[in-house]
Amino acid sequence: MTEARHHEAHHDDLPFWRRYIFSTDHKVIGIQYGLTSLCFLFFGFCLVMMMRWQLAYPGQPMPWIGKWFGESRMPGGVMAPEFYNQLGAMHGTIMVFLGIVPLAVGAFGNYLVPLQIGAQDMAFPKLNMMSYWVYFCGGVIMLASFFVPAGSAQSGWTSYAPLSVITEPGNTLLRGQTMWLIGMVFLITSSLLGSVNFITTIIQLRAKGLTFMRLPFFVWAQLVTAFLLLLAFPPLEAAGVLQLMDRVAGTSFFLPSGLVVSGKPWVASGGGSALLWQHLFWFLAHPEVYVLILPAMGIVAEVIANNTRKPLWGYNSMVWAVLILGFLSFIVWAHHMFLTGMGTAISSFFQTTTMLISIPSIVILTALILSLWGGSIRFTVPMLFALAFLPMFGIGGLTGLPLGLATSDIQLHDTYYVIGHFHYVVAPGTIFAMFAGIYHWYPKVTGRKLNATLGRIHFWGSLLFINGIFMPMFIQGMAGVSRRLYDGGASYLHAQHVLGLNRMMSVSAWCLALFQIPFVINFFWSLWKGRKTEENPWDATTLEWATPTPPPHGNFATIPTVHRGPYEYSLPGSETHKDFYPQWEPDHVAKARA
Amino acid sequence: MSAIEIPYNVEERPDTGLYNAKLGVWLFLASEVMLFGALFSAYVLLRVGAENWEHGAEILSIPLGTVNTLILILSSVTMVMSWASLKMHNFARYKLFMGMTLLCALVFLVIKGFEYSAKFHHHLFPSTSTYMAIYFTLTGLHGLHVIGGIIVNGYLWGPGAGMWQTEPQRFTNRIEVAGLYWHFVDLVWIFLFPTLYLLPGK
Repeated sequence: MTEARHHEAHHDDLPFWRRYIFSTDHKVIGIQYGLTSLCFLFFGFCLVMMMRWQLAYPGQPMPWIGKWFGESRMPGGVMAPEFYNQLGAMHGTIMVFLGIVPLAVGAFGNYLVPLQIGAQDMAFPKLNMMSYWVYFCGGVIMLASFFVPAGSAQSGWTSYAPLSVITEPGNTLLRGQTMWLIGMVFLITSSLLGSVNFITTIIQLRAKGLTFMRLPFFVWAQLVTAFLLLLAFPPLEAAGVLQLMDRVAGTSFFLPSGLVVSGKPWVASGGGSALLWQHLFWFLAHPEVYVLILPAMGIVAEVIANNTRKPLWGYNSMVWAVLILGFLSFIVWAHHMFLTGMGTAISSFFQTTTMLISIPSIVILTALILSLWGGSIRFTVPMLFALAFLPMFGIGGLTGLPLGLATSDIQLHDTYYVIGHFHYVVAPGTIFAMFAGIYHWYPKVTGRKLNATLGRIHFWGSLLFINGIFMPMFIQGMAGVSRRLYDGGASYLHAQHVLGLNRMMSVSAWCLALFQIPFVINFFWSLWKGRKTEENPWDATTLEWATPTPPPHGNFATIPTVHRGPYEYSLPGSETHKDFYPQWEPDHVAKARA
Repeated sequence: MSAIEIPYNVEERPDTGLYNAKLGVWLFLASEVMLFGALFSAYVLLRVGAENWEHGAEILSIPLGTVNTLILILSSVTMVMSWASLKMHNFARYKLFMGMTLLCALVFLVIKGFEYSAKFHHHLFPSTSTYMAIYFTLTGLHGLHVIGGIIVNGYLWGPGAGMWQTEPQRFTNRIEVAGLYWHFVDLVWIFLFPTLYLLPGK
């Protein structure tokens, strides 16, 4: 071990592959996570843009690229129904498990948590490296599943049984659904390693003076997120193992007796429960929703405090709210299952807990909005994205209430309303917060700022067109259009008067893609040509801005001591042009400077 | 550039009373509880919904199961003894007790292998019934955990034991952490044995 330490001490002397590929430095791993997950986000977006062609122009050959996909997937350039199902299943899987979670937790969490708590690295650096590479393998397995006979998984990102068990059966591993299950086992293992590491790091490696109530809100959000990943993912792993047994070993965990498929009795011992899969899946997947949103709230809190030049309004209540949110998220899962016939008593319980969990969410959102009150707001690009997060997440959250009540959910379940609701939470909600984070911390990672003009073009275009995609979904959903239609509702009488919206949504999706071009250009151009910045370009107070820019291996020249809470901006008596007291400055230095 | 020293790798952090790996392994075990908890919940749900359910005693061998239970309990005791030996700076006794732990784990797997092959011999497979499915899944997953424990303990008994010479405190911590995991694997079996072997059918 002394030898290993000796190696780490001379990190800059290490060969390329140890510094940038199999690195144990949390910042390199964070960047690896970030770049990989941004690629997966773009790939997942491409999948859905192809689906949107089929929804807007059902049965018409896809121009230009349609012929690339071969006769089995797109006969004559027209998307086959099975391929549409594959795109849908893999869009959801990739966006959630390979895109947002690795970006929010793997990238932002890895890069920022050790910096913000004043640590030199994570508690278990090798485990951290392993976590990334296990995630990477899971991603490769998921991508490879497109190329096996009969293509990738096609039973939705929820993989509901028995459909998922009986689709393309066979005891070979080279089946889309089987590979999906194996890929998920890799991704779950990765997030297990990551969450153990995060929790240990935050509890054990906080710098001197950094008490729990002095932690930046982002760190709190990551801590609760890590607990959700730690405790909610294993039941899905269990479910995945059971479904793998069903597919490969011929068991009937999720296959009820008397199953008839395509007019023929299905040969299996039977006696399983299709509902069991849903319980196990949603026991993960509801906390997963909070895994998607809590890091986003953390980023928005950091950006808002910094750009309003004010302490967060109600920091303590936000911390308690996020803790209660984490706890409650484990007892709301069956609100996804009101239509399964599980009974009114269970439905009543779960709609009560669902109403309860909206309280801490609203506490956090209200605190963030009230934090704006009376601030002298700097409308930087990260602040624009953070400000847009507030109403977008608000729409996403409030449209969830009718889905949480069994009576209204019976009408809205499985319609486009549901798609609109959760996309408002994760797309203009979480993804906007991720963009806020990228624009905010890019100067710390690279030493250069992103261009603000390109950033504003990116922001306003994205804001306009992302609403153009998801707002019409509420209208279609309330008209009763099912989310699972291959033709977007063209063959249904009740959908005729809202069919025109399909084209509007599809064009909005393609325009949204165009408005990501300025971001991609900005991202690479600024690496070389962006304006150089010093250590603390945003005049921020938290510890990551105390390091040299970009932070070297080991982060801090001297391990900082923390003297105050995380958001001490605009204290009474301070001059306006030096309006902040960083956490790391002793009182006499801060006073002398002010 | 200064060397990176992750603090509390060996000694305890005063305000939490834990060294990093000890906290880490407890968190890992919490997730393991959720994994096996979910599988036991699946057992309950499937059993409640089933029309008939086999009586374990009529299919499985209770004597073999009992012997295996005793072997695992014994291995937990020797695991603690190996850690206690290190605490008393007796490395030779550590090697003895850790070797006994490994031996117990291997004997457990051998007996389990005999049980499995007897089932296959009688044409009892995971696909035979829901009971057999959950029997093979739960014991199989537990068996994988036993193999994982053998790999870790085998490393600490053989090639990894050199650390005792260079960093004795750190090595003792490793044994403690491996021991926590091993006790968990035993505990899972203590729940599996009555659930699968002893509970009456319906």
